[in-house]
Amino acid sequence: MTSLSATIQDVFNEPGCAKNATKSAAERKKGCTKQLQPGGAAGGCAFDGAKIALQPLTDVAHLVHGPIACEGNSWDNRGAKSSGPTLWRTSFTTDINETDIVFGGEKRLYKAIKEIVEKYNPPAVFVYQTCVPAMTGDDINAVCKAAREKFGTPVIPINSPGFVGPKNLGNKLAGEALLDHVIGTEEPEFTTPYDINIIGEYNLSGELWQVKPLLDELGIRILSCISGDGRYHEVAQSHRARAAMMVCSKAMINVARKMEERYGIPFFEGSFYGIEDSSDSLREIARLLIERGAPAELRDRTEAVIAREEARAWAAIARFKPRFRGKKVLLITGGVKSWSVVAALLEAGLELVGTSVKKSTREDKERIKELMGQDAHMIDDMTPREMYKMLKDAKADIMLSGGRSQFVALKAAMPWLDINQERHHAYMGYVGMVRLVEEIDKALYNPIWEQVRRPAPWEQPADTWQAKAIAALDAEAAASTPAALAAE
Amino acid sequence: MATVSIGKKSCTVNPLKMSQPIGGALAFMGLRRAMPLLHGSQGCTSFGLVLFVRHFKEAIPMQTTAMSEVATVLGGFENVEQAILNIHSRTKPEIIGICSTGVTEIKGDDVEGYIRLIRQKHPALDGLPIVYVSTPDFKDAFQDGWEKAVTRMVEVLVDRPGPNTPRDPRRVNVLPGCHLTPGDLDELRTIFEDFGLAPSFLPDLAGSLDGHIPEDFTPTTIGGIGVDEIATMGCAGWTIAIGEQMRRAAIALEAKTGVPYRVFPRLCGLGPNDAFIAFLSEIAGRPVPAKYRRQRGQLVDAMLDGHFHLGGRKLAIGAEPDLLFDVSSMLHEMGALVMVAVTTTQSPVLEQVQSETVLIGDLEDLETRARQAGCDLLVTHSHGRQAAERLGIPFFRMGLPMFDRLGAGHLVSVGYRGARDLIFGFSNLIMADAEAHHEPTPDTWRGTDEATGKGRAA
Repeated sequence: MTSLSATIQDVFNEPGCAKNATKSAAERKKGCTKQLQPGGAAGGCAFDGAKIALQPLTDVAHLVHGPIACEGNSWDNRGAKSSGPTLWRTSFTTDINETDIVFGGEKRLYKAIKEIVEKYNPPAVFVYQTCVPAMTGDDINAVCKAAREKFGTPVIPINSPGFVGPKNLGNKLAGEALLDHVIGTEEPEFTTPYDINIIGEYNLSGELWQVKPLLDELGIRILSCISGDGRYHEVAQSHRARAAMMVCSKAMINVARKMEERYGIPFFEGSFYGIEDSSDSLREIARLLIERGAPAELRDRTEAVIAREEARAWAAIARFKPRFRGKKVLLITGGVKSWSVVAALLEAGLELVGTSVKKSTREDKERIKELMGQDAHMIDDMTPREMYKMLKDAKADIMLSGGRSQFVALKAAMPWLDINQERHHAYMGYVGMVRLVEEIDKALYNPIWEQVRRPAPWEQPADTWQAKAIAALDAEAAASTPAALAAE
Repeated sequence: MATVSIGKKSCTVNPLKMSQPIGGALAFMGLRRAMPLLHGSQGCTSFGLVLFVRHFKEAIPMQTTAMSEVATVLGGFENVEQAILNIHSRTKPEIIGICSTGVTEIKGDDVEGYIRLIRQKHPALDGLPIVYVSTPDFKDAFQDGWEKAVTRMVEVLVDRPGPNTPRDPRRVNVLPGCHLTPGDLDELRTIFEDFGLAPSFLPDLAGSLDGHIPEDFTPTTIGGIGVDEIATMGCAGWTIAIGEQMRRAAIALEAKTGVPYRVFPRLCGLGPNDAFIAFLSEIAGRPVPAKYRRQRGQLVDAMLDGHFHLGGRKLAIGAEPDLLFDVSSMLHEMGALVMVAVTTTQSPVLEQVQSETVLIGDLEDLETRARQAGCDLLVTHSHGRQAAERLGIPFFRMGLPMFDRLGAGHLVSVGYRGARDLIFGFSNLIMADAEAHHEPTPDTWRGTDEATGKGRAA
């Protein structure tokens, strides 16, 4: 546990994070997330975060060392896609029982690794620690080391038991495991001046494939994507890239920064959500590669591709603009998607009436302000009823959010679109933006809304529950004085 | 008939099983204005919540004591206290149901003791029922968590009737296993009411997770059986338990209130429904309504039409014990051969499964054995989709989770009607598969599939 707590302190010490740099030493030690409130918390644990960050590596066997809950309740539930291997979708867990708890689960873990290597022969096994064996003191580092020596297959310990913190911390701890055990352990067959890493991109719904063809066209090679549609050997060789793009806000900033530190790979933070963001990212990739020695003509070729794709996308979106005039969007989501999607929606001519910033960093919030103006509604944490009130007060026409809050909109008979990881559509890149706009249009103009909002013939309009909910909210608002609110 | 064996692997591959704390939490979701609370790390709740949202396509109330590493080591009294107080003040539930998890069980948190202390410290909680159930996730399975939670509800929430408490022979307590869907409960309610009986379902997922549009946003459950109604279950004439898993709760209810019980281990298929309808007729003192005589005829007709397709089918099924027993028995009675049966946990019904062996194992076992046995019909929950694709055989989704199809909450298997529609569902799947993959060709004359090796697992 000492090494794990040291790693956590190290992660909390992230100098690449502007927010962290302004804190006092004592504040920094507490970590970068709010203390979880019992009975009022939502969201995944550190193990969840580690799994999200690494499971998109498609040829790796992901083995969860813990009781059935950690894997049995959650496997095969993410929308990442693979261009080849399917092993990542096979679920492996030690499913430990009382005996393993009393006598220790290390033996079972070792045997489990053996079974996986014998049956599936993967290029690597990733072993995820969870709360129960962390409590009973199973030393997964030692077991992984022994197994690696015995079987000759890399066995990578991912020390991120759920109770050390939230999902975001788990993302970073997963990154630490890659830095400690994988990155830089192999050499690529060849390198080019056009090799890049993409860090923090998970290829949800296969959306990386909406950008990759453009990179291919430019001759830019994704040496490694960490981790969407990634392969173990690619990550092991990723230290030879010339430049890197960090996609998912701050989730894996430690990986990007430490690779810069250790291997001199410069990185930038970018996004492929939205037309202008996509163009900026392509430009930035070209700029960094040229700085690192690629021929300067890459710039012109990149600009040509950008011009072509932008024109095509704008033309496709233009036909929606009249349909979106005056339509208002409420955006409830975390981290990455907030500011990048904001830009995208504005481009389509939609009006944004609010966005949540629950998981966003301060920089994210600044970006949103830049895009939406100072008076943008930014919602930190809302109850379903408040969300509904917001939908009503802002007279939003559609809500975009993750799956958890979908029922606020749907039960209120409001159009809703999923923009989180469980979603079914790929929104990345120029074509993704067009797709997002098409989906919003389909949702807004579906004929069901008029039907589902209509009261039953035997009901008065004032008797609908929507009307009652609004009345209740108004009554609450009238009853609550500022003093009462302050006391709460 | 079947012998039960336990897998010997160290590594579970493609789990069939889910953990018992979330089985317990789901049981609490069948109570009105309830808030299930898992005592563990926040991930324990988060995974369960996502699972249920994907299955039911509904908002799911579920909270966590958000145990950190330090709190886990020092003990979770303060977390339990804060969680109860926060839930009480924020969401105003009628009941809180607490399930333990692996970490808190290892530490040995005495949650019953905590609750007593918390009640002493906070009189504001008087009148708020709190039911605790021990459900470590390193033993047993989802179905066991449900069973234990319902038993605890009976022990804590049902009033012991006084000597002069009147009995109402019209009232029937119904204890449904977790293999029944909200749609099943709706169907059963109609049947009971058609006999003039007034059923109290404990728990009642049909009230909370049937997908209706609620009256208002509530962070707790939007329906289900009320605590007040549970308290009076001792006044009923009978208790009917559906699924062997509910026997324990039925016995606890009888011990506490003297209400006699009867367990119906199955409610899918002709024989089990004949027994059930006859029993209702007997306790209600009414003849079987014409509606059910007609429905029985429809089921018989469906069996006649369906046996062409189901007869001789080689079934591989993976499900929790009661669902496994129910569905595999119905298919066996339609002429299917139960070649492979895999389940999650021990149960007395496993021996009655119409198969040589029942294995407590995972979906890898199910897939391997199905391939070896040349099975041509797969039944399990949605996680079987990868295996079905590899095996190339028709796949019927049953059980929880069912996240890649709509209508999981409304798949009905109980009653004559449920069995009738289920037989149609199975038969249609097999017909579609035959058309897509097994049309005869000039080369298939000697054997249906051996010659071509097409489609079915060889």
